[in-house]
Amino acid sequence: MEGSITAELGSRFGEGVLKEETPRDGMPTVWAPAERIVTILQYLKSDISMPYRMLYDLTAIDERAYKRAQNGHAPFDFTVVYHLFSFERNAFLRLKAGLRGEYPSMPSITHIWPCANWYEREVYDMFGIRFEGHPFLRRILMPTTWEGHPLRKEHPARATEMGPFKLFDEKVDREQSALQFRPEEWGLKRHSDDADFMFLNIGPQHPGTHGVLRIILQLDGEDIVDAVPDIGFHHRGAEKMGERQSWHTYIPYTDRIDYLGGVMNNLAYLLSVEKLAGIEVPLRAQVIRVMLCELFRIASHLVWYGTFAQDVGQLSPVFYMFTDRERVFEIIEAICGGRMHPNWFRIGGVAQDLPNGWDKLVRDFISYFPRKLREYDKMVMQNALFKARTLGIGIYTLEEAIDWGVTGPGLRACGLEWDMRKMRPYSGYENFAFEVPTAANGDCYDRAMVRVAEMRQSLRIIEQCLEYMPAGDFKSHHPLATPPVKQHTMHDIETLIHHFLNVSWGPVIPAGEAMSCIEATKGWNGYYLVSDGNTSPYRVRVRTPSFPHMQMVPYISRSYTVADLLSILGAMDFVLADIDR
Amino acid sequence: MNTGHYWLVIGGVLFVLLNTAAGLIWLERRMLALWQDRYGPNRAGPFGLLVVLADTIKLFFKEDWIPPFADKVVFVFAPAVVVASVLMSFTVIPFAPNVVVADFNVGLLFFLAMSSMGVYSIVLGGWASNNKYALLGAMRGASQMISYEVFMGLSLMGVVVLSGSFNLREIVEAQRGGWYILPQCIGFLIFFIAGIAETHRLPFDIPEAESELVAGFHAEYSGMKFGMFFIGEYMGITLISAMVVTLYFGGWLGPAFLPPVIWFVLKTFVFIMLFILLRASMPRPRYDQLMEYGWKILFPLSLVNLMVTAAIKLISNE
Repeated sequence: MEGSITAELGSRFGEGVLKEETPRDGMPTVWAPAERIVTILQYLKSDISMPYRMLYDLTAIDERAYKRAQNGHAPFDFTVVYHLFSFERNAFLRLKAGLRGEYPSMPSITHIWPCANWYEREVYDMFGIRFEGHPFLRRILMPTTWEGHPLRKEHPARATEMGPFKLFDEKVDREQSALQFRPEEWGLKRHSDDADFMFLNIGPQHPGTHGVLRIILQLDGEDIVDAVPDIGFHHRGAEKMGERQSWHTYIPYTDRIDYLGGVMNNLAYLLSVEKLAGIEVPLRAQVIRVMLCELFRIASHLVWYGTFAQDVGQLSPVFYMFTDRERVFEIIEAICGGRMHPNWFRIGGVAQDLPNGWDKLVRDFISYFPRKLREYDKMVMQNALFKARTLGIGIYTLEEAIDWGVTGPGLRACGLEWDMRKMRPYSGYENFAFEVPTAANGDCYDRAMVRVAEMRQSLRIIEQCLEYMPAGDFKSHHPLATPPVKQHTMHDIETLIHHFLNVSWGPVIPAGEAMSCIEATKGWNGYYLVSDGNTSPYRVRVRTPSFPHMQMVPYISRSYTVADLLSILGAMDFVLADIDR
Repeated sequence: MNTGHYWLVIGGVLFVLLNTAAGLIWLERRMLALWQDRYGPNRAGPFGLLVVLADTIKLFFKEDWIPPFADKVVFVFAPAVVVASVLMSFTVIPFAPNVVVADFNVGLLFFLAMSSMGVYSIVLGGWASNNKYALLGAMRGASQMISYEVFMGLSLMGVVVLSGSFNLREIVEAQRGGWYILPQCIGFLIFFIAGIAETHRLPFDIPEAESELVAGFHAEYSGMKFGMFFIGEYMGITLISAMVVTLYFGGWLGPAFLPPVIWFVLKTFVFIMLFILLRASMPRPRYDQLMEYGWKILFPLSLVNLMVTAAIKLISNE
């Protein structure tokens, strides 16, 4: 099935226009000429049978330092990469457009997918590639006064590579004036025919945004006329850091992307690395990974549950839920040693085997937690005031959700039973019995209901891990597994050498590219990695679910009130580090 | 009443009230903590009681800051209004048969008039702050309190019909045969709900709405001026609780083994706890939902209550 798409495209656009490539992850990949990309994408989205309706990711690669031939030709200066997804085919498609020149430009596709808007802004911000026809092409993650485009290879990666920092008066003035708020710059009108609007900054410091997020509201009374999220306050350059970390030492950085998801981030990253390296992860390691991931899903959903209740004014649930989260963390701590960021998965497996007595901790939690979930149902989900605040608020249809790149519980709340763990199983999820909860209306209440039901399913998965935990290795014996199993090093010289090299330099991962996609706590999380056969990645692209979700906020909050906006934000379950990376 | 007794009552009421309001800070934090499975303030002094002292000292010694963009006179005036109006209301409340500051014949009307004054502090404070969050809070507060005042007044009229008096002492005396909570249970519910809205406590803390408006109308206030709003809120709770007790739960009346004033304090205390429990358990409705609830449900209900009460009274008198 996946192979046929290139043939379909070839017959539509003529042989030779599109060049096929076979990457290491086996995803159908096609090089297309940049000037025809709009027609091709338009065709893929609407005209082809079983269309690719979701723009999963849009990013770019600075190829100028890439020292290898690609697909039989010398590398372009830049490559813009589109990842599409088709629900009918259950398949991804990777489309690449090569560009030449220092600051190239290419046509925008914002009129095909609304969610391309922020992605194209991000590419412009990070690479300086301009998109012709983009309605609002300005920096999105970096400050407007930033010089240079960070993900270009010539941009320094750390302060010591730059000159000494000096703050002249004129620079102070420039920064100060950039902070002035001028509604026109954000595409907002000051008044309509019969009313002057009020502009209200929600954030960057605000109790309702759960992080440094600024949303500029254009208000008519308390009604939202328009909203503009201003993101980037939490941007730490995780993608740039990847380019100077070894494949192994990048793992802790992933923990901090979706900082409530913990090891779930490790998994998304490692699935890509393991595809590149061709490592089979032993069964026991897979089940351990699944168990930890599901524990973190519960922990993350508990934080969301409590804070959502707090957002609509209920003060107490958050305390009960954080207490339960603490119980989850007790298990995680006993197994990993860490709590929120255990950094515990390794290339080819996990850091250690499970400790003695882990099964008792998990069993206690499994018998304890369902009772609490029932209690929370009564306290929150069945509360009349809670319902009044969330039912019918922030509705989007399935069509809109797919158009805007909504994934995870937000997508399932629109009625589509689509869970990556079920549909494209990874790390052995195909061996587990669980259901995919869905809802029908796509409002804030349904999104909450799906998440609550998910916690019960996670508990089921954990229970199966507990009952059927296989014996065996917790780490692969593949030479690229890092660090190699220690006890072998004192017995054979091969392992000793690998251990030494993989720890001192880091493993050399074969050249190529691979992408993963997991059902993370908040939606689909994926790492698109490009290796040029070195000890560190050539390009790390982190596709996070919160980014497109946040982009949708203006669309779903118009004509609601300020109070409703807080319900919408609360039901969305975003993490600022997951948006800004 | 001789002058000495008179001053003693005023002094006593002031002393007890201000200390109750301060003590409520501690009580609320401890009770919330108890219901939320945590400790609350437990370090300063026995059971953390001295946290009240620490809070007070902190508030007094904070810089008395007025934002440069604020309307200074009004900004300072607003927090005083809330404390003054609530304290004035207490003058008509009979704590015991002869412990009352002013035994007005129109005591109930005086209470209503004074509690209406409270809305000024919210509106003026929010307006003078010249801050958008404060303005939104003030607008919400004004409409909420003005609407809820209407049927707060109406709900009380049932009591007036039954007792035939606006004098609070006489209303209490009239309950010797039975507390008004039984014949006036609907009136009580409406009055209590309106009272929560008047004191803008959760679930009706819409003018403050921490997760939406940060702190709403008092977002710009700090130091003792914020302290006034703070104390005003706690005294407001005490006032509404005291009024509930006076009007519906027989005021100081109770079995003779305890003195009347103790009965009064105990009953009031129960309702104060109810306020705190409400805060621990309820989410906050949206502003327009609150208005709808008020005008479409509570308002007609209070009218029906008044009419039925009057009709029964009329029939039973004949």
